[in-house]
This record gives sequence, C-alpha cells and structure tokens, in this order.
Amino acid sequence: MLTRARLGHTGGDLSVADILTTLYFHILNIDPHYPNDPNRDRLVLSKGHCAGALYTTLAEAGFIPIEELDTFAKPLSRLNGHPNRAKVPGVETNTGPLGHGVPVAVGMALSARLNQANWRTFVITGDGELQEGSNWEAALSAAHYRLDNLTLIVDRNGLQQGDTTENTMHLEPLAEKWRAFGWSVAEVDGHNISELLSTFQNLPLEREKPTCIIAHTHKGQGVSFIQDRVEWHHRVPTEAELALALAELGEVIS
Amino acid sequence: MSHAQTAPSPANTQFFDCRDAFADRLEEIAHRDPRVVVVVNDSVGSSKVGGFKKIFPDRLINVGIAEQTMVGLSAGLSNGGMIPFVCAASCFLTARGLEQIKVDLAYSFTNVKLCGMSSGVAYGELGPTHHSIEDLAWLRAIANMTIIVPADPVETAQAVQAAYEHEGPVFLRISRTPVPILYDALAYRFQIGKASTLRDGRDLTIITNGTLVHVALSAAGLLAANGVQARVINMATVKPLDEEAVLSAARETGAILTVEEHSIHGGLGGAVAETVVCHHPVPMRIMGFPEFCPTGSAQFLFEYYHLTPQGIASKAFELMKEKAP
Repeated sequence: MLTRARLGHTGGDLSVADILTTLYFHILNIDPHYPNDPNRDRLVLSKGHCAGALYTTLAEAGFIPIEELDTFAKPLSRLNGHPNRAKVPGVETNTGPLGHGVPVAVGMALSARLNQANWRTFVITGDGELQEGSNWEAALSAAHYRLDNLTLIVDRNGLQQGDTTENTMHLEPLAEKWRAFGWSVAEVDGHNISELLSTFQNLPLEREKPTCIIAHTHKGQGVSFIQDRVEWHHRVPTEAELALALAELGEVIS
Repeated sequence: MSHAQTAPSPANTQFFDCRDAFADRLEEIAHRDPRVVVVVNDSVGSSKVGGFKKIFPDRLINVGIAEQTMVGLSAGLSNGGMIPFVCAASCFLTARGLEQIKVDLAYSFTNVKLCGMSSGVAYGELGPTHHSIEDLAWLRAIANMTIIVPADPVETAQAVQAAYEHEGPVFLRISRTPVPILYDALAYRFQIGKASTLRDGRDLTIITNGTLVHVALSAAGLLAANGVQARVINMATVKPLDEEAVLSAARETGAILTVEEHSIHGGLGGAVAETVVCHHPVPMRIMGFPEFCPTGSAQFLFEYYHLTPQGIASKAFELMKEKAP
C-alpha cells in the first residue's frame, strides 16, 4: 500500500501493528456494521501519521473494503495520509498533528462517566509525541477525574523523525512521569501478543486511576533492514525492498 | 428594519452585559437537555457560569488552565454524545486552542460550541495579550466553522439557542462591554447566516456587528442630520456571510463602510471586502483596530480609533466622496 502510494510511515506502522491487531481483534467492543453504536469502545490513534496501519486494520476488521487500500493517498481517496472520521468509518477523531489524541480521549472517557456508560476508551500515542505539552495537560485531567475507563498505550519505539527520542529530548524515566501524574503504569513487550492480551484483559490496572501501558516496540518491526533505523520514519520501500520485506515477514509468520 | 426598534437615545438608555443573557439562556437549555455541559479553563466567574455550576455541578467541567485540553476534551465529550459549551476568555480560547479548534472541532466536525468571552478590547488596560481582536480572522479561515457576533442581550440569547440547535462547531463571540437593547425579543428572530437591517438608506451602507452596532446606529443618526441616509446592517453571522445582504448594499447604496471591534485585517471587514471585490466592487472603508492597542480602557480605545458616532460619520463622509456619481 505504501509502496504503491510512494508515501507513508513505514517504521511507525510496523511498530504499532501488533498493538492495533490485538485491540481490534480481541479487545475492542466494536461492530463494523454499526460503526457509530453509542456504546462502542473508542480507539483514538493519536499518532495519525500511521494511518497506513490503521486503514489496514480497519479493512481486516471489515470497516472498509480491503481492495480500497489500493487507493491510499490517491487523488480523492477517502484514505488520506492522516485519518478523517468524516470519511472513514471506524475513525473516531481526526489526527495528524501530534498531541491531539489524549485530550480527546479524556473527553470521551469523561462522557462515558457522565452518562454512566460502560464503554471504554483507548488511545495510542507515539513516544516522540509525548514531547507535546498538550499530553501532559490531559494527563492531569484524566487523573483528576479518576478515569479508570481510559487506557493509553505509548508505542515506545525509541525513535522519532530525526533521531532517538533520548537524543532529541529526554523522555525517560517515562513510567515514573506517568505515575507522578497519577496514572497506573505497566510496561510490556509491544510485539508480544499474549502479553498485550493479558494486560488488556485486566484493565483497569487500578481502580479510579487511568492506565498507561508503555509498549516497548521496534520501529520497522520484523524487517531487518528497516528495524530500528531512523531513516525509515517516513521512507517507503521500493518494489525490490518490499519483496525482501514480505519474504522476511512471511518467514516470521510461517 | 421591521424587527428593530429605533436607535436608542444615549441620554436615557440602559446598558447590559451580554454575558448575563448568555448564561441565562444556557441554563434554560441545560434544564431541558441533559447532554449540555460547560467546559472552562478556570473561567467560571469571567464566563458568568457560576449559576450553571450551582445548578449542574457535575456538568461543569473545569480542566484548569489548559486551553488545548479544554478544546480537545470537548471534542471527546461530543464524540460521547454530549453538547459542550466551551466558555473561556476569547483571547486564550482561540489562540491557545487554535489547532484543536481546526483539527478536533472543525475538520473532525464535532458538535462543540465555543463561547469566546470578553472578546475585542473589553479587557482594556490589561493590554494586547488579553485583547481578542484577531479571533475572527483566524477562525474565519477554518472550514466548517460558524461564527456569530451578537449585538445585544436579545440577540445573544437567540444566538445561544441557534448555536445549540445547529449541528457542528460554532464560535459565539460574547462581549462584556455593556450595550443597549436593540431588538424586541418577541419580534426579532435571529437566524444563522441572515443579516438584519436596522435602518434603511440609499447613500451608503454601514455593515457592523457586536458591541459597535448601537454606535453605528448613532452615527447614522448624525449622518441623517446632515442629509446622508445610511443603511445600517447588523451582520451578526460573520461565517457563513449573508452575501446577498452585502451585494444588495453594494448595488443599491454604492459604498460600504464596515465597523467592528476587531483587527481591520481578516474580520468582518475582510469578509465583506472579499465578497464585494469579487462580485460588485464599490468603494469601501474598514474601521477597527490597525495595531496592538496602547494602554487604555475599552472606551478610551474606541475613541482613540474613532469608533464613535462622530468618527464613523466622518469616515462615512470621506467614503461618500469616492462614490461613483
């Protein structure tokens, strides 16, 4: 899809893919035939530049036709480089600029609380994204309102556009920061589906506290020449690279 | 014309803070609709929603001093079925929350009502950090936004109602600068996108809104005493603009003067000019604030920038000289 479009964020798509897969196929209470069900669980992909991973997941889950993925980033396609809820069923809020997802997710969780509804809210951020101050404003409010129906997953792949997060602007000690803000924190292997699953199945981690799951991941997971390499933030594989990558991933899957 | 009372005479006119009419109508709506919530950035007092908080303590969400979260969280509340009215000083709400307004509200098309309180130069001596004279410019450029600048308590209450009934993001600009009552509450019906002609005339048109409508009406009175009949249009909806009212004014009166409590760049004047220049060019002047204002009360600043009956009338005379014969 990215190769055809000559556009996308290969590294971050691959780091978040296992998290999205686990949530969409095992955790979220959603129905592709009724995408606006008021009682559905909400998922916000705050790292909207990884729309490629989201569209693929939504297609596999039945929200959009799989053939439509071929239109990604093509003129007038509803599959923009960043997701648009007005056009794509299953997208909850438009993202792209970083630091937007957590405040919106806090509002969602708060509305469920106000309505005494049982649906849950999940939000996935990148790690470099946490350099945006809006996340920390929202972190305060989620803890203040004791939103234990809210789960944040940080895709901790350690890289951002230009360098590692730690060379760019230190985030560590990240878990301590979230704890200090009043969240309950777990650290997991973001590519270990059973570990993700058992964590998600035991939410909230603590009553009356929002949950932060720091998912340790690899940008470009599963492809030797992409994995953990900063230049693959928004590089797209050539046809030849794609064949190599698929061969490697195929080996892993089989 | 038929809906308006005559221009108030300054001597015996009572002035009102539109925030009271705003708060009263919001409470009325909230009594009937449990989906309505208020979101503030520690701005309960300045938004006059203390009464709302007393009646509906659980439906008043104070996010603290955090405008990005205030706006983003409201988009999330809307996703969950609530109808948030976000009430905060217009300068901080619109500038600090601008990307959230663009992406989370307008582009995501969420049903959130932004209430920019104490807009314009209402904060006077507090200075340009607290003046909100750019809000219309930057919100007007954003697709899907509806922008309303009511002129008196009657129109404010009806604008709150209209915003509530409208599906989609709305910006309501609510001043704290006291204004006289211009409309008869029983006769007037505010409609989004419809201008209201308060005085008819054929010599030129003054298009205005908000706190300066009554001043423009007084200016029209001065002009009439000097033999010039000015049409006065209250353009309470800045977006979508009532282009038909603007173009009728251009065709029928041949000159347009805009008057607003906003920067002269990109506000009501800009909106009118875009329409006029594309479809029926006529001489125009745009009155408002040309720069960061110096120290002074709101009243001082109106006088300093000639936003007075005399100042508007003399600008109208200047404009008349350019009219095609």
